[in-house]
Amino acid sequence: MTSTLKPVPWALHLGVLAIAIAFPFVFPSSFMVNFGVMALFYAFIGQSWNISGGFAGQLSFGHVAFFGVGAYASTIVQLRLGWSPWLGLPVSALAGALVGGVIGVLSFRAGLKGSYFALITLAFAEVLRIVTNSVSFTGGGLGLLIPMKASATNFQFADRSGFYFLILLLAAGSVALAEWLRRSRFGAQLAAIRENEDSAKALGIHVFREKVKVMLLSGAISGMGGCFFAQYFLYIDPLVVFGVDKSVEMLLVSMIGGAGTVYGPLVGALLLASISDITRVLTQVQGLSLVLYGSLLVVIIAYLPNGLIDLFKRRRKPAGGQT
Amino acid sequence: MSSTHSASRRLILQASAATAVLGAPGLLLAQPKPVKVGLLHPVSGALAYSGGQSRMGGMMAIDEINAAGGIKSMGGAKLEAMLGDSQSRPEVGVSEVERMQQDGVSAYVGCFASGIALPATQAAAKYNTPFLIDVGVSDALVSRGLKNVFRLAPGNGKCVDDAFAGLAEVNKAAGGVAKTAVIVHEDSEFGTSTAKLLTAKLSGIGLEVKEVLPHATPTRDFTNLVLRIKAIKPDIVIMSNYQNEYVLIARTIFQQKVDLAGMFSVLGGGFNYKLVKEQPDVAQYMMDFNHWYSPRNPKAQEMRRQVEAKGGLFTFEVYCTYNSVKLYASALEAAKSADKAAVIAALEVSTWSDHFMPYGPTKFVNGQNQGGRAALLQASKTDIDVVWPNEFAGVKPVFPRPKFG
Amino acid sequence: MDPTILAAATINGVLLGGMYTLVACGLTLIYGVLHIINFAHGSMLMLAMFGVFYLLTKFGVDPYLAMVVMVPVMYVFGYALYKGVIGKLSNGKDENILLITLGLSILIENVALMLFKGDSRTISVSYSDRMIELGPTLVPLPKLISFAVALALCAALGLFMQRTDLGRAIRAVAKERVGARLVGIDVDRIFAISYGIGLATLGAAACLLMPIFYVSPTIGHVFVLVAFTVVVLGGMGSFLGAAVGGLIVGLTESFGGLYLGESLGQIGISLIFILILLFRPSGLFGARQ
Repeated sequence: MTSTLKPVPWALHLGVLAIAIAFPFVFPSSFMVNFGVMALFYAFIGQSWNISGGFAGQLSFGHVAFFGVGAYASTIVQLRLGWSPWLGLPVSALAGALVGGVIGVLSFRAGLKGSYFALITLAFAEVLRIVTNSVSFTGGGLGLLIPMKASATNFQFADRSGFYFLILLLAAGSVALAEWLRRSRFGAQLAAIRENEDSAKALGIHVFREKVKVMLLSGAISGMGGCFFAQYFLYIDPLVVFGVDKSVEMLLVSMIGGAGTVYGPLVGALLLASISDITRVLTQVQGLSLVLYGSLLVVIIAYLPNGLIDLFKRRRKPAGGQT
Repeated sequence: MSSTHSASRRLILQASAATAVLGAPGLLLAQPKPVKVGLLHPVSGALAYSGGQSRMGGMMAIDEINAAGGIKSMGGAKLEAMLGDSQSRPEVGVSEVERMQQDGVSAYVGCFASGIALPATQAAAKYNTPFLIDVGVSDALVSRGLKNVFRLAPGNGKCVDDAFAGLAEVNKAAGGVAKTAVIVHEDSEFGTSTAKLLTAKLSGIGLEVKEVLPHATPTRDFTNLVLRIKAIKPDIVIMSNYQNEYVLIARTIFQQKVDLAGMFSVLGGGFNYKLVKEQPDVAQYMMDFNHWYSPRNPKAQEMRRQVEAKGGLFTFEVYCTYNSVKLYASALEAAKSADKAAVIAALEVSTWSDHFMPYGPTKFVNGQNQGGRAALLQASKTDIDVVWPNEFAGVKPVFPRPKFG
Repeated sequence: MDPTILAAATINGVLLGGMYTLVACGLTLIYGVLHIINFAHGSMLMLAMFGVFYLLTKFGVDPYLAMVVMVPVMYVFGYALYKGVIGKLSNGKDENILLITLGLSILIENVALMLFKGDSRTISVSYSDRMIELGPTLVPLPKLISFAVALALCAALGLFMQRTDLGRAIRAVAKERVGARLVGIDVDRIFAISYGIGLATLGAAACLLMPIFYVSPTIGHVFVLVAFTVVVLGGMGSFLGAAVGGLIVGLTESFGGLYLGESLGQIGISLIFILILLFRPSGLFGARQ
């Protein structure tokens, strides 16, 4: 998990953005647009994990907590308070940030790091799942169904490409955020914290405060991911939006792609989405597609321990040998 | 990617078409295009067993139809299965819907789980592709105003209504011994919605609900829950959950020797021939309201033999999907084409009865087959019998069940 | 609350705890020594349980007797898995081991799905439903046996760690990896041995759990979170901790279920987990970090 890369050149950013914008025009089929939406979606929520896990070194297994809270918050204000679904985005960001902050404060106050922090986030997510499943306010085990009414003002696009450009905007924003983190003082402080908390403290960095700040940020992004998910699928329940699977996916796309890098989550999301789709198409034997998926995971980690970004890193090493 | 997949398939089709032309000039224009039927089920992940069973049923229907000459009104067009795995996750289900749409699917049959079927049917609605729900019971599936959704089997509300009718009759026949009930349900959408319906209606047939006990899926131990039931001393226990918890609870009740007039389940996940085979003492006398076939129908009996001969179990997923595919085939026959709008129109006025379910001829209102119904089943140490409705029943129910000695 | 019910819930909680201890033993050893969160623990338990299932249904071997086979087989499997896959491919980075065990668990679970199909299987032996009267409540004999064996296992492992040379070497590596290497301990071999022992305990656990439960490719998920809670509560690397932690978790689950129902009651386990981590992360008997 190192990020001793030079800052990503603007040309690359613009290139990636251009490709992403062109994508639904080059591949207009609903299947491909859906693929694009899901890839960008996982890149977005993966970036949320990456910000706290990759940049700040706080590995979490419970990021789905922020995601689920965002999904429920935006859905509840829409269904029970009659608010415009678009308000769901800021609402979910706030909700996610709030939960992120609370979990951050509690965990960091207690001095939890490394696997301990990872496990406690897992437990918090579980608590949220169980509580959400038990109270009638959230619909309990029945979940919440958003009535279908396709219109842009209702945050439901008849054409998938509407969702595509929205998630592209969000994902681009998250990349910009990551890029800002790499160049900013805040990001440098996080990097210091990640490398060695005690040294960072000795350098005068207010470790606790910065860690909580990054959890607020990360929580907000995951929360917005939850809002998007709810609007895209129109049905949420505690199992789907608080289940541990999403936490694992957020972690996976970042670590496979390259934790602590700006494009890691996107690369990871693209790869994992492709593998998932390809293996499903290749074989219809029950479970074989996931066997391939698991094997690929193991192989990738074995040979590219820093994530796929390693592939790009090696190519970009200047001839002089200086990094 | 899938485009390569379809491209290579297209190549194969073209190659075989060319050979056919060369080999048998008389058949130049004979073979009509096959109709692609998407079978979308969770064949991996948490619901893998049910998904696998559903897929098997669907394939059996397709193979049978093709062996009998395909769709006659379409010049013998064969059905071609497009297999989809939703991996027990809604997002993947939607992705599979899109993939099959891209590959030219004409109809979907799926998805076993309501949680997956809800977004999947919505995705299909955009293309107005007929979507035949095989097992998902959520009533929301047929109440969103989607014209492309059709369900042959009964939904939750109807299953519960049937459960009541059956329970009331069985209770009456036994002299009204059952007056109190405890409801046990798993705490996600399936169990919660069923329990809600049950709680609302039990008093209507003279049964007082003493308590409602939700539990998580998975749950590792039910001793406390069963001891609670023992303390309440209800006459009947009604369960709505998935296979593993169902079996654990049944076993614990048996072990703790909880005396009940009857143990019922509504859409019981674990009530099947396997329970009878693996735990005959536990299974004996248990009752379930569930999708079931007409026991005296020779076609059904034959199919059961076939499945068991291959070492499989003839569970409801198998024949629900089987009959859903056959329903689609009947609509193709009526519409004389695979055109989506034509098929939907044919389904809307369908009066198909060549299924071996206790439904009578089909009649769809808002996509729900009005004749769909559940049956009351009871297990013995060796088999499962239909005990209600009477016109399909084979044996009389044992109710109340004997006390633990 | 009726005292009889309370007594029954207590007994039940204790016995439940015994089952959790069984599964947690191996995990605490693996975590304590290798410092890895063994995501594959649940899928290994699943494989072992299928082993027991087939030993009974195909060869008629009683599940308890099957321990003679399962324990050594799982040990060898664990040793080989570490040497051949985990150790080799993780490049020594802790996060990578985590991902590798995650990948392995997905792989193993789905291979099992391919081979054994998705349905759950149960077994029925003569003593499966034999009930023993214990005070106010009836207890299934297999549960009592698994409780007794769990305690015996913890005691045996604890003694092994304290009294034998190998145990001392393992403890050394757990405490101070680099130092252990400097005094000549083959750290990599110790890792493999520890992983092997961890999986061997799962072999025993599988034999004891089969008469009580069911097995399916996803049974691992059912135990994994609870096992982690026990390990964290008891203290990573402590077998006494696994025993005590198991008891506490079992009792919490039992009382949680009694007072809050079997749905909301599950929150007890996660809450304990959180509280322990917030106030005593090293666990009850773990080494203070």
